[in-house]
Amino acid sequence: MGCNASTLAKIHNVDELILETGFSSSHICHLYNRFHSLDKDDKGLLNRGDFQNISELAVNPLGDRIINNFFPDGVDLIDFNSFARTLARFRPVEESLKKEPDSPEPINSRANKLKFAFQLYDQDKDGKISNNELLQVLRLMLGVQVTEEQLDNITDRTIQEADLDGDNAISFEEFKKVRAKLSGHFLASSCLTSDWDLGWGYGVASL
Amino acid sequence: MGSLSIWRLTLVVFYIVVLIHGSSAAYGNGKTPTTSSPGQPSNPVHTFPAPKKEYLPVFQMNYPRIQIPFEITLWILLASLAKIGFHVYHKITVWVPECCLLITIGLIVGGIMYSVHEESPAVLTTDVFFLYLLPPIVLDAGYFMPTRLFFENCGTVLWFSVVGTLWNSIGIGISLFGICQIEAFGIQDINLQENLLFGTIISTVDPVAVLAVFEEVNINEQLYIVVFGESLYNDAITVALYSLFKYISQMDQVDSIDIFLGTADFFVVGFGGIMFGLLFGFVAAFTTRFTANTRELEPVFVFMYSYLAYLIAELFSLSSIMAIVTCALTMKYYVEENVSQRSCTTIRHFLKMWSSVSETLIFFFLGVTTVTSKHEWNWAYIGFTLIFCIVWRGLGVLVLAQIINNFRTIPFTFKDQFSMAYGGLRGAICFSLAFLLPNTFPRRNLFTTAAIAVIIFTVFIQGITIRPLIDYLNVRRTNRKLMTINVEIHSRAMEHTIAGIEDLCGQWSHYYWKDKFKKINDRFLRKVLIKDNRPQSSIVSLYKKLELQNALVLLDSNGGISGAPSLTSLQEQKPTKPETFLPEEVWSMQELLSKNMYKIHERTLTYTRHSLPNEIRTKEILLRRHSTIRKSMRKAGTWQTPAAAKYYSLPPTVQNLQPRLRLRKSSLTGDDDGDDDIASEINFPPARPRLQLRAKEPRRALQPPRNKLETVNEVRTDSRRTPMVDYENRGGSAMSENSKGRGTGTKRALTPMRQFGLFNEQGLKNKEKEDQMEMEEFRYTPAANRREEAREEASDSETTHPLLNRPMHQYKP
Repeated sequence: MGCNASTLAKIHNVDELILETGFSSSHICHLYNRFHSLDKDDKGLLNRGDFQNISELAVNPLGDRIINNFFPDGVDLIDFNSFARTLARFRPVEESLKKEPDSPEPINSRANKLKFAFQLYDQDKDGKISNNELLQVLRLMLGVQVTEEQLDNITDRTIQEADLDGDNAISFEEFKKVRAKLSGHFLASSCLTSDWDLGWGYGVASL
Repeated sequence: MGSLSIWRLTLVVFYIVVLIHGSSAAYGNGKTPTTSSPGQPSNPVHTFPAPKKEYLPVFQMNYPRIQIPFEITLWILLASLAKIGFHVYHKITVWVPECCLLITIGLIVGGIMYSVHEESPAVLTTDVFFLYLLPPIVLDAGYFMPTRLFFENCGTVLWFSVVGTLWNSIGIGISLFGICQIEAFGIQDINLQENLLFGTIISTVDPVAVLAVFEEVNINEQLYIVVFGESLYNDAITVALYSLFKYISQMDQVDSIDIFLGTADFFVVGFGGIMFGLLFGFVAAFTTRFTANTRELEPVFVFMYSYLAYLIAELFSLSSIMAIVTCALTMKYYVEENVSQRSCTTIRHFLKMWSSVSETLIFFFLGVTTVTSKHEWNWAYIGFTLIFCIVWRGLGVLVLAQIINNFRTIPFTFKDQFSMAYGGLRGAICFSLAFLLPNTFPRRNLFTTAAIAVIIFTVFIQGITIRPLIDYLNVRRTNRKLMTINVEIHSRAMEHTIAGIEDLCGQWSHYYWKDKFKKINDRFLRKVLIKDNRPQSSIVSLYKKLELQNALVLLDSNGGISGAPSLTSLQEQKPTKPETFLPEEVWSMQELLSKNMYKIHERTLTYTRHSLPNEIRTKEILLRRHSTIRKSMRKAGTWQTPAAAKYYSLPPTVQNLQPRLRLRKSSLTGDDDGDDDIASEINFPPARPRLQLRAKEPRRALQPPRNKLETVNEVRTDSRRTPMVDYENRGGSAMSENSKGRGTGTKRALTPMRQFGLFNEQGLKNKEKEDQMEMEEFRYTPAANRREEAREEASDSETTHPLLNRPMHQYKP
């Protein structure tokens, strides 16, 4: 295993992918190797079962929602390119990039990350987080010791805090405002980004 | 509460008094009244006036016979009672780590003994420490060590333990030698070799003390594993350096060949230890492959093989700690697959028990011997030893961390480094090594005194202050503003996501080797070392294991878990006008959230000394996920592929359902096999999610073992809302908890309880309703799946119990 031209050659449209996702070629290589090690039957595609084989995801409360995010509606098998694209969202934001005024937003921009987070809650994709959806997520994240009424209270309170237009649901705009209150540090330099930044760099070095 | 604690204190005092009496009886003139066996005829030769007739002694005492076990038991009891006593005072244990308290009690007892002019008890030799007290602790540490975390940080751990210890010992030795040169202190006679030897002794970080303190501080796992691993693995270099310097100190001249031999010795010691550990680990794993019929002996094998590894390493003067830790690491994975659930629990409980007792005793004895051993105090030497210990450790950590940060994926921050340096506590190993010095060693008493002083300083001062310091550092780092509930929920959700994505991508640098090892493991090792090896995905085996444990836990518990969501309340319309919440309500909500939200980054079960790893949350999460997996898989329609079929395949025990059921009918005893049966039977329904219709039938088959299941019934009717239980019995319908729009949800949740019990009218009625509901569900699945289902059902019919043969046509559309 290693990163070389032959690995790169196996991937379709490598250059496009690199441009689109912003990964470097060694990162793409690593992702490719990971893709293949997940793909136990060597199909060249991943289905949900392959993701669920990762035992750590099994004990993650939001595990299956994360998996669902990899599979857009109706699609059950993803190839490497879509795998990489979904993961690209989590790349650390490069503050230093000069943005042209009308270039499309980079895939890993803050707004896109927020959108991903929003989609975690909003399973039916109606653009709003309703009471039920929030309740479901809460239930996933909390243990069984929490009773139903407590969950209801928490949900009500959450919506109350965030809901500005009184429709008893949280829209994407309202969601953005809530996250903005959270000091900007979280998404820009969360454990994910700082770890990943270094992880990918040093991972290459050590291999 | 006050009276209770006073009562406990008096109990402790009572035991102390008994102990003193016992010891004095032992060491005093302990003459026991002569025993005469009853009925023995008096001396037949009467050369002098016949002795007075001895009456049958009705009550006699024979102390020397039981002396040693008696004392040991008393010591253990005393120490453990003291430990109970501490926990009564919660306020103390918050601030003062337990080990400090134990040492204090030891000091008190030692003081008492000293004032009564007693010798320190004979049981306290270094042999006892190294051969009896230390192995359980190290075995426990090795067995419960989070392996994945450990291997990911393997390089760092080895770096710190080997290079760090070298750095520390040589540094301290040389600086102390420098101090010795100063005439004013009057210690000029200690030469370089002796100083180096002392440096080695004093620089070993002790796993017992580290664990005792770190665990209470809840430090993050990276730090924990590094310091802890370092404390375990520096044994190799300590042994090597110790023998090297001891040898050198007894010689006058040091050649370069000796240094070279010393290095070679280190490698031999280290790798030798590891090799023996691996050897015994594999042998133990192999042995457990055949223990299916001797379940009671399984824990014995685990313990004996590990201990044997330890002893054999001691025999060859290799690093015994490394041997036993490696043995435990190797053995655990395979053994836990092979042994029964009960043996697994037994092993774990016993390990925890032994290690707790050992640790208690070690600290206790430390206190006692402090008072009773001979001391030689020298302010300069001891003071500078302390200073140098701190200084060199700090420097060492700083320098080494800077170097190793280049190779780490998660670098150490300065705060991490500070915690690591500060957490380098010395403990009993250090003391025993000092004690181990031969009596002919010049200035031996000085060394032991210095060792004790350093230990007491580190354990008390560093141990007590480490928690406030860490809290202080943490507080400065994060934002302590009161977060709104929204923010808390969302940030936690994001953290879970991020952790999930990280897990998805795997750990980069080490993944290659892990993958390779996994391949070797699957291809060779598993076949040899695990019985009944079938290729399974890790999640299936994990899931099955959890199901088994879960079933057992539920049978044992008495309605503990409650609070499952009731679907009826979900469906009710909520009042549309939002109520404003009082601040206390908000605050209580925040408390609730912070206590009950699952922690992230629990990739591995963290090690706790005083309790078994808490797997309940993992189980909960896994069970919920399982239900939503099935739901999502059904929607996606992908679970008919063979890969998925393997995923949820029946455990092979189903085929034996028939004979086992008969067995159950005859003997409702709770033997080992029985438990497995019960568990597997309970396991049965959820393992067949697709065939939900089928899944109901086995429940009827579960009637015979009524004794146990009725208790389960009771549990459930009391608590009524147990997602886990619901889940178990509902098989595929557990998802209904999560699905919306199924108004009949509650009924579903309730019906299995009926089913489990007697086959009554109501049960039947509900069952039919249930059938209808399942039919609807069944209809929702695409036709292709249904066909496959039918095929599956048909193929399984030969292997099922006659009771299970319900007419299939009822379920086909």
